[in-house]
Amino acid sequence: MTIALLEVSGLSCRRGGRRVFDALSFTLNAGELLALTGRNGSGKTTLLRALALLVPADKGSIRWRGQDVSDDREGWRGELAWLGHLEGLKGDLTVAENIAVAQRLRGQAEAADLDIALTAFGLAKLAQRPVRTLSAGQRRRAALARVAASRATTWLLDEPLNALDAAAREALQTALAAHLAAGGLAIAATHAPLAGARVLDMS
Amino acid sequence: MTGFTALFLRDLRLVWRRPGDVAVVLAFFVVATVLFPLGIGPETNLLARIAAGILWCAALFASLLSLDRLFASDYEDGSLDLLLLAPWPLELAALAKCAAHWVVTGLPLAVLAPFLGVAFGLDDRSLMVLALTLLVGTPTLSLIGGLAAALTLGARRGGALLALLALPLCVPTLIFGASAIEATATGESFVVHLAILGALALVSLATLPWAIAAALRQAGE
Repeated sequence: MTIALLEVSGLSCRRGGRRVFDALSFTLNAGELLALTGRNGSGKTTLLRALALLVPADKGSIRWRGQDVSDDREGWRGELAWLGHLEGLKGDLTVAENIAVAQRLRGQAEAADLDIALTAFGLAKLAQRPVRTLSAGQRRRAALARVAASRATTWLLDEPLNALDAAAREALQTALAAHLAAGGLAIAATHAPLAGARVLDMS
Repeated sequence: MTGFTALFLRDLRLVWRRPGDVAVVLAFFVVATVLFPLGIGPETNLLARIAAGILWCAALFASLLSLDRLFASDYEDGSLDLLLLAPWPLELAALAKCAAHWVVTGLPLAVLAPFLGVAFGLDDRSLMVLALTLLVGTPTLSLIGGLAAALTLGARRGGALLALLALPLCVPTLIFGASAIEATATGESFVVHLAILGALALVSLATLPWAIAAALRQAGE
């Protein structure tokens, strides 16, 4: 039997005395996309944050290549690309600067991936614009380009389709497909359906 | 080190894009210091005696002024999550942010202070010691302020709370900074005071990044 790339077993989380989710188990292999669905407040964001070790889980384990991720937190963080509902972009920096800084914060040398990601999300013309002058949808695209340029194996996306127009949704699906085809995996909290996703209903 | 340098340079670049924020801090330092001679009157002897305390207090307030944005802006736009998720120690990120804060506030304050000291009738040697103590003492202020800023993340009226938390912790630095200049004025050696300031800076450097990182993790939950 082969070990799943990512194995979550019996994960439970309480926030402010309330159980957000309980005994959650799933496995994910290379090339798989997991869509977390469920009503508002069902714990999709908390699960993503727990997977990223931003929120401590009460019980259960997260295993990456068979190893508990809390044994090597920095190693696990190196596998992750994160898109929260806040974009994590600096308004005074340009789109290109934001992505380049994010890459270096992840310890990557500046890569050619930057231009590819910008083009993929239709940002080539906006690359030198300060992020504060962009619309909500354009910011979202910039944040997705940051994720796509990160070379991380695991994408954690919180409502990635928010504020995106049809073209940008298409671009995200294409980027996701390329990421999965390259052996990556992704977990996305979403209300809209994502093509090719396995669905985990949280409610 | 790539991440550390990247964060340090990013923060400097952000300040460069909005030079007004630093200008306000320096202007506050100048105005606050100049108010004292105006209020006390032209008593040169008295002014020279209290100059050290006033300049140090003003520098302390000025460096606190810009601290409430140190982590708050990253907290508000989601960049803090990226720092928490970076594959290198958060302690280094805390250090990089405090170092950038020092470069844009502590360092200019130390350069500016001797010029203001002239208005108080300090002699050349005292002016030199003033700049030197600020140079060695302000890193401690940036680190202590960084801790207070991290602890008050997400708090309402965080700015006032920040000052309340940070000011008592800055007292040792203030005392030895001011007393070094007084010692020079009375002809004693300032080296001991300066050495203690240096020791305070090193202790802060060796402990506070860990405390700041812990506070940031708490804020990220």
